[in-house]
Amino acid sequence: MDTILEMKNITKTFPGVKALDDVSIKVERGEIHALCGENGAGKSTLMKVLSGVYPHGTYEGDILYDGGVQEFKDIRDSEDRGIIIIHQELALVPLLSIAENIFLGNEIAENGIVNWPATFARTGELLAKVGLKENPATLVTNIGVGKQQLVEIAKALSKKVKLLILDEPTASLQENDSQKLLDLLLEFKAQGITSILISHKLNEINRVADRITVIRDGKSISTLDARAGKITEDDIVKDMVGRDMAHRYPERTPNIGSEKLMEVRNWSATHPLHPERKVVDNVSIDVAAGEVVGIAGLMGAGRTELAMSIFGKSYGTDISGEVLINGKAVDVSTVEKAIASGLAYVTEDRKEMGLILEESITTNITLANLGGVSERGVLNDGAERSVAEDYRNKINIRTPNVGQKVVNLSGGNQQKVVLSKWLFAAPEVLILDEPTRGIDVGAKYEIYTIINQLAADGKGVIMISSEMPELLGMCDRIYVMNEGEIKGQLAAKDASQEAIMRMILKA
Amino acid sequence: MTDTDNKSIGYYLRTHIREYGMVVALVAILAFFQVLTDGIMLKPVNLTNLFLQNSYIIIMAVGMLLVIVGGHIDLSVGSVVGFVGALAAVMIVNWDLPTLFVVPACLVVGAIIGAAQGYWVAYWRIPSFIVTLAGMLVFKGLTLALLGGASVGPFPPEFQAMSSGFLPDIFAGLIEGRFNVFSMTIGVVLAALLPILGLRSRAKQAKFAAVDEPMAFFAAKHAIAGLAILYVTYLLSTYRGLPNILVIMALQIALFTFITNSTTLGRRIYALGGNEKAAKLSGINTKRLTFLTFANMGMLAALAGLVFAARLNTATPKAGLAFELDVIAAVFIGGASMSGGVGKVIGAVVGALIMGVMNNGMSIIGVGIDWQQVIKGLVLLAAVIFDVYNKNKA
Repeated sequence: MDTILEMKNITKTFPGVKALDDVSIKVERGEIHALCGENGAGKSTLMKVLSGVYPHGTYEGDILYDGGVQEFKDIRDSEDRGIIIIHQELALVPLLSIAENIFLGNEIAENGIVNWPATFARTGELLAKVGLKENPATLVTNIGVGKQQLVEIAKALSKKVKLLILDEPTASLQENDSQKLLDLLLEFKAQGITSILISHKLNEINRVADRITVIRDGKSISTLDARAGKITEDDIVKDMVGRDMAHRYPERTPNIGSEKLMEVRNWSATHPLHPERKVVDNVSIDVAAGEVVGIAGLMGAGRTELAMSIFGKSYGTDISGEVLINGKAVDVSTVEKAIASGLAYVTEDRKEMGLILEESITTNITLANLGGVSERGVLNDGAERSVAEDYRNKINIRTPNVGQKVVNLSGGNQQKVVLSKWLFAAPEVLILDEPTRGIDVGAKYEIYTIINQLAADGKGVIMISSEMPELLGMCDRIYVMNEGEIKGQLAAKDASQEAIMRMILKA
Repeated sequence: MTDTDNKSIGYYLRTHIREYGMVVALVAILAFFQVLTDGIMLKPVNLTNLFLQNSYIIIMAVGMLLVIVGGHIDLSVGSVVGFVGALAAVMIVNWDLPTLFVVPACLVVGAIIGAAQGYWVAYWRIPSFIVTLAGMLVFKGLTLALLGGASVGPFPPEFQAMSSGFLPDIFAGLIEGRFNVFSMTIGVVLAALLPILGLRSRAKQAKFAAVDEPMAFFAAKHAIAGLAILYVTYLLSTYRGLPNILVIMALQIALFTFITNSTTLGRRIYALGGNEKAAKLSGINTKRLTFLTFANMGMLAALAGLVFAARLNTATPKAGLAFELDVIAAVFIGGASMSGGVGKVIGAVVGALIMGVMNNGMSIIGVGIDWQQVIKGLVLLAAVIFDVYNKNKA
């Protein structure tokens, strides 16, 4: 086996921070090399050094690639040598077609005039390679995220890729799309393309990776060889967090009330644009005080739609059904009324829908309960600050001060700000939609601890998650949802990934 | 970053450069023209004129700030100024209605005009650019129709007083000569009151958490502001005293500064502009807020229309032409963000004053209207570039 890439003693310093400290990594030709580490460990920075986003001269150390030292000036430079990086946030233009996106900046053209027949024909070939059955003329906005990811990969293939880098490619994909993507990586490996896979999902890494390099706090910690023998997820986690994590989920002794705290009866909602599509269909669920209830399902099962339609009819039309809290029917027709009735909803997309990124931590925390820091409509600055300081200490938001803009925080700390906002609104029932998406192992543990504390305080928690191990580790009871309907429920002791999947697939 | 760093004046200034940068720019421009005009710029009569000339822009800039912070724009304000001025003229001059009835009636009409446009923006989600562009055409046309293409005037003195009147000197005669003692007294009281209010809010803040602003900085800021107030009121008092319109404006600025800084209503408007979806899911009635910012803008445009008509002492079909551009420019020079969620009332006022001082100064030294436009355009561009540069550096 020869080495296609070796990054030797890479050090990259930003004003005040050493983002990479003497990192070395060796990638063999034709392997799938996984790069693991907590958020902020330096994975993305390392890949930016490799792809020329940080050009030669702004870092120390050497990049040996394809037989020589490389000094990339920009992305174009590294792409010309066959290094293609696919970022977590897809870089596609929604209102252009698949074909136009694939050849964007790299058009098949003569004297500036695009050869459309050749473009479409070539796109057809590339789509066949990645197993995407779509018309090349289809607009990117009209296909799902999973398929968009495949378009990105097709785009990489169009550039004669030798080393493919994928930055958390499955973060926003549902289970079967993720599996397809991983299969595709294995297929590329068979064709001799080398891949570097950055991922938080240890089970996926275990499935496809040949070797695994773990980075922690800007230093390369270890390289594990999966071909030599079975590597357990705990091995990886141990290196990532620097401590043995015997339990990935904090211990909890459930103290569940006997009465139903919240009950949703016969809840239905239809798609706002397609009134014939029932997105939530006659759903009845309940949660008791001190209980953590999960809702499992594939993406598109209608879980987020269920939660948002309950929370102030924020999604869908033609909504029907009843919500009862402590046995009494409550009005949840607007978000304001839903909050007043004791509901809180933590959105799945914290940047788009949960936070005002350009505002301070303080402003974000008090937003859902401004009445709590004001008198007759006049805000009390000091009270606001002390509320923010209080939550900063209580749930450990890492920041020099609460006047800091939220956009400057890491994903885990941003999520803690969102949680603080809803804790301050003092709800009875919290609906948490993908509460740990895109945050690292350490911060996840802290979020789980907060959830357990909420349950211990007698709140009802409904947790929507696409990560089944998380639901199995946290919940007392799990509803399984598919195609807008509740397919069944499982008690914690009977639940397993297999049982949930069987329930989903049972038509 | 540690707590001691936080307290240093240099650090505080660096992090608040945008807020104070424009004030410094205003002072620099004033000084520049003071030299170039051989001292005419700060002559009491010119200073009085400066406030009279720019009052309607400032009045509208404050309303426009809220609209822009909320993530929208209002292009119709210039036409509304013309329309309301015409309406007032027709009611007072042609129909002989009393001023005391006409003024509030016109404000209500302005609020209704703003609400009518805000309705489509807020509840039908029609882009504000298009709705208010339509409004601009509609009210320009209605102004012509109302006036029949001719000017209507003059107004009775009590209506004119709104714009060209001065606070009467109730202490007249205490000092020899033409010095307005009452106006000066107001200046002194104001200069004393501001630091007292500032200290009170610091004390309140200190009860809960550390105060960001260094004490030395606080003291310097209030000393400079106090001296500026005393100096300006002194100059004005040696002429005819405080213009009525300056008092109206000061009250308006104080009210809207309070609303934006210290009320839940203000906070919600910033949240709406910062991230509408997040605001909505936090229980904020975003539609009603948008609607209200437009209704408020309409009412302030009506006030500006009345002030402008009173100043010209006639309603002309050309009144208000292209005012919306000056108003919007003032707000952006004052540091508001095109995408919403960012901007301050005092910034918009300073932005309007910068434009006003430049207009005035360039006219005195005889720069033609052609080059005035070019220079104003470049200043707008420079201010926004300064903003973006600062943001990228941070």
